[in-house]
Formats: sequence, structure tokens, C-alpha cells
Amino acid sequence: MELFTNQVLAGIATGAIYACMALAVVMIYQAIDHLNFAQGEMAMFSTFISWQLMQWGIPYWWAFLATLIISFAGGIIIERLLFKPLAKAPVLTNVAGFIALFAIVNSVAGLIWDFTIKQYPTPFGSSPFLGSQLISTHQAGMIGVTVGLLILLYLFFQFTRIGLAMRAAAAMPESARLVGINTSWMIALGWGMASAIGAIAGILIAPVVFLEPNMMGGVLIYGFAAAVLGGLTSPLGAVVGGFLVGVFENLAGTYIPGVGNELKLPIALALIITVLVLKPAGLFGRPIVKRV
Amino acid sequence: MTAMLNIKDLRAYYGQVQALHGLSFSLNEGSLTTLLGANGAGKTTTLRAICNMVRSTGAIEFEGKPLSGKSTENVVRLGIAHVPQGRGTFTTMTVEENLQLGAITRNNKKAVVTDIERMYEHFPVLKERHTQQAGTLSGGEQQMLAVARALMLRPRLMLLDEPSFGLAPLIVRELFKILGKINREEKVTILVVEQNAQLALELADQAYVIETGRIVMSGNAKDIANNEDVRKSYLGY
Repeated sequence: MELFTNQVLAGIATGAIYACMALAVVMIYQAIDHLNFAQGEMAMFSTFISWQLMQWGIPYWWAFLATLIISFAGGIIIERLLFKPLAKAPVLTNVAGFIALFAIVNSVAGLIWDFTIKQYPTPFGSSPFLGSQLISTHQAGMIGVTVGLLILLYLFFQFTRIGLAMRAAAAMPESARLVGINTSWMIALGWGMASAIGAIAGILIAPVVFLEPNMMGGVLIYGFAAAVLGGLTSPLGAVVGGFLVGVFENLAGTYIPGVGNELKLPIALALIITVLVLKPAGLFGRPIVKRV
Repeated sequence: MTAMLNIKDLRAYYGQVQALHGLSFSLNEGSLTTLLGANGAGKTTTLRAICNMVRSTGAIEFEGKPLSGKSTENVVRLGIAHVPQGRGTFTTMTVEENLQLGAITRNNKKAVVTDIERMYEHFPVLKERHTQQAGTLSGGEQQMLAVARALMLRPRLMLLDEPSFGLAPLIVRELFKILGKINREEKVTILVVEQNAQLALELADQAYVIETGRIVMSGNAKDIANNEDVRKSYLGY
């Protein structure tokens, strides 16, 4: 029983990271109807920026804050330079754009910081949380920061004018323009926020997976699985999906004989395919109905 | 009376297809004008061209300022509210959020709150349903919401695209009564595009008739209503 509880709690902790990545993916998907394959690489780059800032002697939380601001600005710049011009381009052009972004960010990170694996600090420590062996303080920190972030995002989208405008622009762009919303900037803002959310995910997971240019590859696939499971049109679904995938991943690794650590990733992919076949809209998504 | 909206030689295109062929007309400040025409005549395109939602050439001036080259949202910000066909309702959001969205460009929060209350007085049914998802409203209620949302902008000019579409005759009458009241009491200039010519001509003081992308008749709404050609083609008697 203790093993089970332990695995569930650890799953919730990594699930928090998947939830963040899924949320970032869903935010951009809602805005431009494309999956950002480079979301993980952007998060990795942000994590390297925070690491670099700390190497220069800036304290953890200041580096954290500065990285969020830099990532936010970076997300907006990427949208303005690369994806705004592609707004009316066919799907494949956009996909090519995302893959190019993936490759460029990955290589540039390798060029600047090389491909050796680096330790990444945690401000929470890794001792048992509240004296319990079930969960470490860093894992508890991951959950805590994510839940805090989710609450802030909920308040932002539900109770601020700009949050309302962003929701309107994502739901019905043409109607949004007709009430005077600059939808183009709302998309850019979505990119900035997605980029900053990804940065948080990267910084929180880096002490676990260690810092290197390919650190987010697996995480992003779990993030996609979470987003698909929850429904790509639902931010809430993305979050729930993230936690579910985290728990599922851990339990499958522990209890299904022969799965182990090596087969965890194929499980995520199998999950994506299963959901797409059985319930394409996901748990919380709205099925897309088009009038013909 | 001065012309609030002046349109000269407007041509609009959907891809290679030309939908408007040199359309010219003007709206007087404070007027309630209707644009009549059959299906495909170019009524909707005219409204879309004013808000720059379709590729067009020609001159459109609003209160002396040219609108060409302005993005849709910037045209709206000048005080032109457009209720599109299909009403433009944010179906997944609540009625109240829809009203807030109508006023999203306004900075005075207090005035927005007062205006929402005012809309609930105009349209009591919206108050009853203010926490309900807008998509669950009936057609008539959604059209009321669309008009209320447009008014939340405190517009100088309101463009309505077939507000009667799909509504029961009784509801249409009520809606048109409200439009007339808005025009008189709130001094909002209104341009309403209609297929329901009879009601529109009763309501309006000016009328234009449009055929295949050109204005073919213009004048006082009463005169147009008495015109034999119009009676035969649009009023059916």
C-alpha cells in the first residue's frame, strides 16, 4: 500500500509538470489551431537561461522571475517573427515552421551551453516532505508551484478584462474583432504566456531529469498525451489530463510487469493513440462540429 | 443634417469574384436607414466592407475620416458597432460576459456597470438569464443580446445585418420597436440590412435598394414603400 501511495504521489508531482506543458500546448492550440512541437525546446531554452543567470550569481527566485519575463517576451517575439506571417499558410507550412523552431532552439542551446548533462538546483531541497517518506520536498514544491500557477491563471482568465478578451479571441475571432479586440495581439500574448508556463515546467523538472538540450523531449510527449486526453480545446482538461498521465505513467511502470522505465514513453504514445481512436475530443473537449 | 457615413464607388471582392460594383450612398447623422435587396445583392458585403472584413476599393468616410486601411477592430473603436449575420454571439460565454465583451474597449468600469444595468432594463429577459451560457438562449433572445452587446460599445453608428432572420414575426416587431427607440432616445445612427422589406420600411426614415452590387433606388422610406417596382419585387403586392 505504501508503494502504491508513493507512486501515486510521485505521479502527481511529475503530472504537475505534464499539466503545465499540456496547458502551454493548449493555449497556443486554442489561439492558432496548431500544435507547438517546439514547446518543450522553448521550455528547455528558458531553463538554460535561468541556469545561466544563477551561474552569474543571481539568487534562484530572482533568476526564476527574470526567466519568466524573458520567456514571455521571447514567446511574443517568436510569434511576431515566425508564426504571424504564417497565420494564413496551410497546415503543413506551419508544421514545418514548428519543426524548424524545434531544431533551431535545440541546436542553439547545444552551441551555447553544449550537450553535457548539468545539475540543476532546487530551492525546496530533496529531504522527506513533512517527515514522510512518501514524497520529497521538491516533489511537494512542484505540486505547490503548479497549483499556485493554475489558480492565478484561472483568476486571470475569469476575472480580468484582458483574460476575457483572450478567451473571446480564441473562441470566436471574428466576433472578437467586431467588439474591438485586437485578436492578433491576443495570439501573441497567448504565445508569451505559454512560453512562460513552459519555463516554469522546465525549471521545476530540471532537478529531476537534469539539464541538457534534450531534457524536454519525453516531457513534451507526456504533455501532448495529457492535452489529448483532456481535450485540446479545454485548458481544464489539459490540467486534469496532466495529473492523470503522471499517475498512470508511474503506476504502469510499477505494476505492469515488463514495462519498467524503458517502456514508459511508448505507454504515453499508446495513450495518445487510444484516446484519439476512442474519444477524439478528449475527456473535457468539445467535439468539433462543422456545418456543411 | 450632415452625412455621418459617406461611401463612394465601393467595390468589393471575394477572391476573383466581384460582389459590389461601384456602390455609393450616405447616411445622415441620427437617421435610421435600411438597405434592401434580394439574396446575393451585396447587402452583407456592404456592411462587411465598412468594417474592412472583405477586400474592397473605393472611399468610405466616417465623420470625415477615411476608414480604408483600418483594421476591423480599429473601425469598431471609432464607434461603429456591427451586429453580423448569425449575431456574433460568444456562445460558450455567459450573457453577462457577452455584454462585458461589447464594452471591452471602454476604460470607465463604472459606466460599463451602469450600462449593463441599463441593458437589463431594455431587455429584461437578459437579466433573467445573465449567468446562462449565451448559446442556450433562444434565437430571439440571442438577437436581443446581440443588439445589447453592440450598444455596450456606446456606438455612434450601428450596423445590423438581417436582425429579423429566423425570428418569429412577433419577436421581430418587438425588436424593431426597440431599434426605433434606441435610434430616437440614444441618438444612435442605424443602418439595417433587411430582406423583410415591409417592416424595415415602416421602421426606417431613409431607404436604399441594392441589386447585384449597385444602388438602384434611394430616398425617403415612405416614398420607397409606395414605389410600384419595390412593391412588386420586395413587398409582394
